Amino acid sequence: MSEQPKISCRHLWKVFGADPVGFLARHGNAPTSENFAAERYIGAVRDVSFDVYPGEILIIMGLSGSGKSTLIRAITRLNDPTAGEVIFEGHDLLKTTPAELIEIRRHKMGMVFQHFGLLPHRTVLSNVAFPLEVRGASREERDARAREMIRLVGLEGRENYFPRELSGGQQQRVGIARSLAVGPDMWFLDEPFSALDPLIRREMQDEFLRLQKLLRKTIVFITHDFDEAIRLGDRIGIMKDGHLVQLATPEVMVSAPADDYVREFTRNAPRDRVLTVGSIASPVPAPLGGINILASAKIGEAAPIVLASEKPIAVVDAEGRCIGAIDRTAMIRALYPEERA
Amino acid sequence: MSGGGQAMTAPQLAPPPRLSLPMVVVIIIVLGVAAAWAWPPLARWPNEWAIPFRDWVTQGFIWFSTAVKPATRALSWLLSWPLWLAEALLFRGFPALHLPPLPWVAIVGGTAILGHWAGGRGLAIFCGLSAFYLAIFGLWPDAMQTLSIVLVTVPLAAATGLALGLWATRNDRVERSLNSVFDVMQATPHMAYLGPVVILFGFGQVPAMLATFGFALPPMARCTILGLRTVPQDILEAGRMAGCTPRQLLWKVEIPAAEKTLMLGLNQVVMQTLAMVVIASLVGASGLGQKLLFSLQQLQIGKAVEQGVAITLIAIVLDRLTQAYIAKVPEHMVPKTGFIGRYPHVSSFLLLLVASVAAASLFHGFAVLPKEMTLSYGGPINSGVRWVSKELFPYIKPARDALTIWLMLPLRNFYLWLPWPVMLGVLAAIGYHFSGWRLALLPVCLFGFMMLAGFWEPMMLTIYLVTGATILCVLIGIPIGIWAAHSPRVAHVTRGVCDTLQTFPSFIYLIPVIMLFQTSDVSNVIAMLAYATVPAIRFTYLGILRVPVATLEAATASGATPWQRLCKVELPIAFPEILLGINQTIMMALAMVAITALIGSRDLGQEIYKALPGADTGRGLLAGLGIAFIGITADRLIGAWAMQRKRQLGMA
Repeated sequence: MSEQPKISCRHLWKVFGADPVGFLARHGNAPTSENFAAERYIGAVRDVSFDVYPGEILIIMGLSGSGKSTLIRAITRLNDPTAGEVIFEGHDLLKTTPAELIEIRRHKMGMVFQHFGLLPHRTVLSNVAFPLEVRGASREERDARAREMIRLVGLEGRENYFPRELSGGQQQRVGIARSLAVGPDMWFLDEPFSALDPLIRREMQDEFLRLQKLLRKTIVFITHDFDEAIRLGDRIGIMKDGHLVQLATPEVMVSAPADDYVREFTRNAPRDRVLTVGSIASPVPAPLGGINILASAKIGEAAPIVLASEKPIAVVDAEGRCIGAIDRTAMIRALYPEERA
Repeated sequence: MSGGGQAMTAPQLAPPPRLSLPMVVVIIIVLGVAAAWAWPPLARWPNEWAIPFRDWVTQGFIWFSTAVKPATRALSWLLSWPLWLAEALLFRGFPALHLPPLPWVAIVGGTAILGHWAGGRGLAIFCGLSAFYLAIFGLWPDAMQTLSIVLVTVPLAAATGLALGLWATRNDRVERSLNSVFDVMQATPHMAYLGPVVILFGFGQVPAMLATFGFALPPMARCTILGLRTVPQDILEAGRMAGCTPRQLLWKVEIPAAEKTLMLGLNQVVMQTLAMVVIASLVGASGLGQKLLFSLQQLQIGKAVEQGVAITLIAIVLDRLTQAYIAKVPEHMVPKTGFIGRYPHVSSFLLLLVASVAAASLFHGFAVLPKEMTLSYGGPINSGVRWVSKELFPYIKPARDALTIWLMLPLRNFYLWLPWPVMLGVLAAIGYHFSGWRLALLPVCLFGFMMLAGFWEPMMLTIYLVTGATILCVLIGIPIGIWAAHSPRVAHVTRGVCDTLQTFPSFIYLIPVIMLFQTSDVSNVIAMLAYATVPAIRFTYLGILRVPVATLEAATASGATPWQRLCKVELPIAFPEILLGINQTIMMALAMVAITALIGSRDLGQEIYKALPGADTGRGLLAGLGIAFIGITADRLIGAWAMQRKRQLGMA
């Protein structure tokens, strides 16, 4: 990826305690876990760096208390981080004035919250129009735009309903419509579907993918659900105790977990939908003929063909060159790795 | 009294065994009584050793009031204008402009329309009938006068309370100091506010308004703090991410999201204002309160009942209106067009107004209900009271006397005999046992101060009355609470009765008490009882309801009888909650102390009452503080006890 990142975090720290800045300085900006424990400080986010590229869905995943919510609040400056940089479109967000920050939020950022954060005294229409209202848009302009957003998330006809008259899934659709109303470049979603029932969650994930295909936003998405991460993410970052343990594509994470912690998460991952044929193909001395499979295909799609065949099946790249082969044994081992047996 | 601790310090080898609280109390009593017997000033602090705080306070206030006279004059003048406007609109009219006041028909109808808007048809009927009561029984001008003060004071107190509350949520130090000031303010009886106000502002409507204002302020500020602090984090963050400036966040997000709690604050302001307006008649606020006070003092029970019912109806109407507004949930509807479609209630009121003004110009009876058309049921009530005192009093009297002989007199003699070191020592021991040194020191300082100021005897008499009332409240309230917790039907009835009882201004309780018991200490206690039993019932009920179902099922499965389940499971688990109920009961009994002074007593309430006409600010204020100190001490000690129990039960 040679593109310019849309947003970059550089050595981001968020420390809670009596004097966080002094604490970091005392330990040369690199306190150890022992330092934290000894001086009763909490390192919610510890030295986190990553880039998000335009149009990418970056998932930050971790258990509760891992620091993922603090991280997204540090990036959006809902809570100011203790140290580090957040470069957004070439400027350090942490150095913007309050007025500049308000301008950026009014035009370039949208955020969706776990418990929706809808204003209970306003109708759906007025909730969605709220960000436009505070930036001073005229009533006609903001109502028109809000109606457009409500149509986009499939809630037309409910414009005059109040949040409490809607189901959880519908409320979150309002939250999504509101976060998109200002036409943001950056879209932050903080566990948007965690408060919903499993079936509705699934439906909302599809809805999210549909919207993203349409809008191509740059997304930071927080979740504690690894299946959701794999389903939605272009890349996944796993957090533990404030550290970013591994940042990789779902496939790399499943096939090459950085440590036992990540391996634990990936253990029950749907390997058939994550791993590609290319990653499990073994090299062959000479190109094979017969039927072949694209290297970028998921192994779940290839499994019926491979398992039905007695002989190895050729694997080809996008240009049709044979880059290896895959047989039944390799397929079965990839689908059912030994540690799971 | 410090001997108990020192006796145990000698052996160094084994850690001294911790004395149980009853042991410590017994030691303190023995030592204290012995000391008092040996040296009389340890029994009763001699009057000549009292420090003249009250004179200093009085002098200070007189000096202060002359110093700020221009400011208080200006404030009075400023406040008299909105009051004048409200009175002119409601019942005086504008003689200079030859304009009549609003026709009573329009106000009665308007109240009904307001009821319909807030709560539907039932409330509309109740509001309309209540307003009609005021008119038909000839109480209209007095009621409107009272209402004028309420109408002007409520927005003032609500706005100021809101501002203070907002300030507190922005600044922790402000919140802490406001909280402690409010603790004292709310524990001080209504009447004690009147003294300083009289010195600064004199007698009349405006001083009454200001005293009311001071009393109604804290609940609004408290609800504001609570409401803003409990706005969900997600909503605040959504507001900030939408790009709100701090000001937009406050007005468009925080305040609307906290609306329900703020309205609860407004409800409290309204209720406190009404309760205070009645009491403020002691400093010359005319209106229903003053009329009621006169009737009570002249023992015209029939009139007093008419007026008392009027005040109660106003209170219930205002309470139900605000409650109904709080309970209202937003409902989507098809947007209607046109003014009438969009504002049906405003339109119908305007229509009614025009119609009634037109009708009033034709027939004066629509403007002001003529005297000869008003009714009165005071006569029958009076004969009823006569009948009661002739036929029933012989039966009530033995009960009253038994109560006096077996409960009140022994209690009273006990408290008056109690040497002060024992009182202070026992309170300190309780505080130390449940919390620590700070809580041991608090009652010693508060009670010690009152003793030094020469208020020991009225203070003990107050505690005596409150103890008597609390014992009766507990004996009556806890069984009712238990019963209600086990029978939904009883619970339903009890809740209705409790809700209604709590909306009555405290004054009202004096009427039936005088009717049935005439004046005596027992009457005072009964008046407190009627007012203060509600929390004992309510907290017992809630405490038992909150016992986890699984625990009850476990007890039943173990073979416990219902009685065993009650004594061994429900009551022990509900105990901390019940304690808090008793705490509230004591607070309400204390609030009533000052009111019962009107029908005769010798306690701190009487001191406040007596201080009023002579403008003896020091006396009234210190006596008020004394009541507050008793309340604060009881609150902290019982609170610490309940907290300790909750911790032990793992419920904290």
